[in-house]
Amino acid sequence: MKGLFIISGLGVLAMLAEIFKFKKLLYPLVLIGILAAYVTNFMEWNNNYNIEMFSNMMRFDNVALAFSGVILVTAFFWFILANDYFEQDHVTDHFALVLFALVGAVMLTGFSNMTTLFLGIEILSIPMYVLAASRKRDLASNEAGFKYLIMGSFASGFLLFGIALIYGATGSFDLMAIRSFISHAQGDLPAFFYAGVLMILIAMLFKVGAAPFHFWAPDVYEGAPTVITALMSTIVKTAAFAAFMRLFLVVFGGVNETWSMILAVVIALSLVVSNITAATQQSVKRMLAYSSISHAGFMLMAILANQRGMTSVSAILYYSLAYSVGSISAFTVLYNVSKSKHSLNIDAFNGLAKRHPLMAACMVIAMLSLAGIPVTAGFFAKYFVFSVLIGTSFKWLIVIAILTSAIGVYYYFKVIIAMYFKQEESEQEVTMETSHVFLLALTTLFTLALGIVPGYVIEIFS
Amino acid sequence: MLVGLLIIVPLLASLLVFFTKGNTSRTVALGLSVIEFILSLVVLFQYKHNPTSADLVLNCTWIESLGIHFAISIDALSMLMVLLTTFLVPLIILSSFNSTYEKPNSFYGLILLMQMALVGVFTANDGFLFYVFWELALIPIYFICLLWGGENRGRITFKFFVYTLFGSLFMLVGLIYLYSHTGIETGIKSWAVTDLYQAGKSLNLHQQTFVFWFIFLAFGIKMPIFPLHTWQPDTYVNAPTQGTMLLSGIMLKMGTFGLIKWLMPVTPLALAEWAWLAIGLSVFGIFYASCIAIVQKDYKRLIAYSSIAHVGLIAAGILSANQQGIQGAVMQMLAHGVNVVGLFLIADILMRHTGTRELEKLGGIRNMNGNFAVLFLIVMLGSVALPLTNGFVGEFLLINGVYQYGEWVAAFAGLTVILGAVYMLRSYQAIMLGEKKDSAITFGSLEGSDKWVLYIICFVIVAFGVYPKPLNDLAEEGTKAILTYIK
Repeated sequence: MKGLFIISGLGVLAMLAEIFKFKKLLYPLVLIGILAAYVTNFMEWNNNYNIEMFSNMMRFDNVALAFSGVILVTAFFWFILANDYFEQDHVTDHFALVLFALVGAVMLTGFSNMTTLFLGIEILSIPMYVLAASRKRDLASNEAGFKYLIMGSFASGFLLFGIALIYGATGSFDLMAIRSFISHAQGDLPAFFYAGVLMILIAMLFKVGAAPFHFWAPDVYEGAPTVITALMSTIVKTAAFAAFMRLFLVVFGGVNETWSMILAVVIALSLVVSNITAATQQSVKRMLAYSSISHAGFMLMAILANQRGMTSVSAILYYSLAYSVGSISAFTVLYNVSKSKHSLNIDAFNGLAKRHPLMAACMVIAMLSLAGIPVTAGFFAKYFVFSVLIGTSFKWLIVIAILTSAIGVYYYFKVIIAMYFKQEESEQEVTMETSHVFLLALTTLFTLALGIVPGYVIEIFS
Repeated sequence: MLVGLLIIVPLLASLLVFFTKGNTSRTVALGLSVIEFILSLVVLFQYKHNPTSADLVLNCTWIESLGIHFAISIDALSMLMVLLTTFLVPLIILSSFNSTYEKPNSFYGLILLMQMALVGVFTANDGFLFYVFWELALIPIYFICLLWGGENRGRITFKFFVYTLFGSLFMLVGLIYLYSHTGIETGIKSWAVTDLYQAGKSLNLHQQTFVFWFIFLAFGIKMPIFPLHTWQPDTYVNAPTQGTMLLSGIMLKMGTFGLIKWLMPVTPLALAEWAWLAIGLSVFGIFYASCIAIVQKDYKRLIAYSSIAHVGLIAAGILSANQQGIQGAVMQMLAHGVNVVGLFLIADILMRHTGTRELEKLGGIRNMNGNFAVLFLIVMLGSVALPLTNGFVGEFLLINGVYQYGEWVAAFAGLTVILGAVYMLRSYQAIMLGEKKDSAITFGSLEGSDKWVLYIICFVIVAFGVYPKPLNDLAEEGTKAILTYIK
C-alpha cells in the first residue's frame, strides 16, 4: 500500500522536475523510488494488519502484494530497458505518464470495490493511450494511440455498463458484498445481473487482449514505440490479469456456470488464432504481439480452472512473472537489434550469433522460455496451468493448447534459426550499451532461476 | 550419492569444456567422458556388491507442495542404459578427432550436456524429473544438428524438434493426468514412479487408454515407430556424424526405455487392450523400413532406415510384455547402440576417404585396405545378428518373445532377419567388394583414432556375442522387476 503512495509521489515529482530543473536527477530518483516501493511492498508481506484502506475501497492482502511485487520488479527492469526513451523531448511528461500508469496497475492488484476497479483501469489506460502515440511524427505511432483510445474507451463503456447492472441487482459496489449477495441468492438473481457479468467479462477480455477482442493488439503493439510495447505486454498485462482474477475467481466464482463456457471458447479461439497468425508474421514485434495473445489464453486457462485454494492464483502469478521477465529479455534484444539495423523484421536477426554471441544466447533462453521448454520459467508456467486445468471438465482445452504450442515453437525458433543459421547480409555492427547487457544478464538468470527453483514463487501463499 | 555424481560430472564437464579453446576442447572432453565411464563402472561394481546400497539412491525435494523430488536411482535396467551411454560417449568424442568443427568448445560442451540429460532420463525415479531430463536432452542435440549439420539443416532440424516436442507435450499431459490421480487414499500427491504406477492401476480401461496413447505418442516419435518416423531419415543424414551417433545410439533408447519403465507398468489394462495395434504398427514398420533400406543409394540413409527396422522389432518385443520379449529388447538396445555407432562411423570414414557415400560410386575398397574390410565385416555381421555376435542374443530372444504373443506376428517380425541380411550384405558387397572404382583409389590407411574406435566396437561385438552372460543377467533381473508391476 505504501508502495502505491511512493509511486504516486514519484509521478508528481516527475511533473515538478520540469519547473525546478532537475531533469537529470529524475532517472536515478525513479529507479531508487521503484526499489523503495518494492521494499515497502515486501515489508508488508504477512504484516498488513490494516489491509482495508479508504473505507474498504482497497485491500492489499498477500495476493495483491504478490502481484504488485511482480509489477514493480518488471517496472524496474523496464526502466533500465527504456533509459534512452527518456533522453528524447518531453522527458518529464513521459516519466509522469509511465509512473501514473504504474499507479493504475498497482491499484488493479488491490481493489476491493467496483469504483476502484474502474479508476484503476482508467488510470492505467489513459497514460498508455498517450504513450502509444508518443512518437509524434510517426504515422504508425499515431495510429496506434488512436486505435487504442477508441477501442479502449469502448471497452471501458462496457465495463461501466456492467458495473451499473450489477449495482442494480445487488445494490452494492463492494466486492465482498456482491459475493455474499450471490451466495445468499442461491441462483435467484435477475437476468440483468448475468448480463452485467458478461459485460464485465467482455471488457476484461478486451483489456487482456484475448480473441475475438484482440484486433487492436497487433496494430497497437506494432505502432507504439518498442519500449512502450514492452510495457504494454508485461506490466499492463499483469495488472489486467490480477484484476480479472479477483473479479472472476473471488466475486463471480459463485456464478461460474454463466461465464466458464464462454471463457473456454475465448481461450480456444485465442490460442488458435494467435498462434496461426503469429507463424506468418515477418516482423518480430508483431509476432511478439500475437504471442502475447496466446499467453493471455494460457493465463485465462488458469482462471477457467477456478480451483479452490490458491493453486489457480499462484499459477497465474507464476505465469505473469515468467512471461514478463521473458518478454523483457526478448524486447531488450529486439530493441537493440532494431536500433542498429533499422528494421524489425526477422531478417535483422540473421547472423546475430556471430556478431554478438551473448545477445543471441540470451535471446535463445528468452525464446525457449516463451515456447515453454524446460528448465526455463516458461515451462513451469505452462506446467502449472495444465496441472490446475486437468482436474476440471475442460481437458479438451489442454489438447488445443498443446497443438498450438507446437505452432508456437515454429515462430519462436524462426528467430533462433535466423540468429544461428542464416548469413548476415549487411555489415552493420550490432551494439548494446552496458546497462542493457547488465539487464539482459539479469533477466536471463532470472528466467533460469525461476525454472530451477520454481517452488519459491509457487509456494508463496502456503 | 554416487549416483548423483553420474549427473554432476558431465554437467561440470560440459561447463568446463565451454571455456576451453581449439583442440584442447576435444582432449578435455574425451578425458572427462572417460572419467564418467570409469565412474559408471564404479557404480556397477557397487551395484553388484550391494544392489540396495544407499550410494545408488538420491532423493531430495525439489518442489515440496507439488510432490516433485529430485529422485534418481540405479536398478538393473537403468544400470545397463547408463553403461551404454557412458561407454558410447567417449567413443563418439574420439570418433570426431579426424573432423574439424567450428567452435569445438560448444560442440563438445553440448555433447557432454546431452550426456548429462541422457543419464538423467535413465536414472530418474520421479515422473516430473524424467520429463524435464527428457526435454533437456532435446536442446543440445537440436543445436548440434542445427549448427554443424549439412545442407537444409534449418528446415530438417526444425521438423525434428517440433515432432519430438509435440509428442513430449502429450506425454506431459498423460503424466499430469496420472499425477492428479495419485494419493487418493493418503491425500498427498506425488510424482514418484511407484505412486504413478499405483495411480495408473486405479484407472479404468477408458482412462488408461487415454493415458496409454498420450504417452505412447512421445515414445513412438522418439524411437521412431511407423508412421511417426518421417523426421528420422532426413535428420540422421543431415546431422553431423557425432549427432547421428547420439541420436541413434543413445537417444533412440530413451523411447524404448520409456516404454519399459514409464508406460507398460502404468497402464496394464490398456496395454492388454491395445497391444495389437501398437505391435502391428511396429512390425509393419520393420517391413516397411527394411524394404526402403534395400533400395537406398546413400549408405548413411540406408543405416537410418535399418535403425527404424531394428527399433520396430525392439518395440514389438517390449509390447508383447513377456520375459523373453522385454529381456531381448534390453539386450538388443545395447547391441544396436554399439553397432549403429560403428556403422555410422564407417559411413563417416567412407565420406572422408572417398568423398562419397553413394553405393554406386563406391566399390573394391577391400583391395585398398584389408584391415578396414575386416572391421567393417564384424560390425556388419553384428548388425545382422549372426550367432556369436552381440546382436544375436537380443534378436533371438525378441523373436521368441514376439512368438509367444502370436505366431503370425513373429513370422512377419522374423522378416527383419532376412531383409536385414539383404540390405546389409548388399551394401557391404557394393562398398567393399567387386572391382575397384575410382573413388576407392584415394582410400588409404585408417587414422589412429578411427581405428581404435572400430577396434573397441568390434571387441565388444565379439566379446558379448560369445559371452553375453553378465549383461544378460542384469537384463533378466531388470525385466523381472518390471514384469511384477505389469502382471
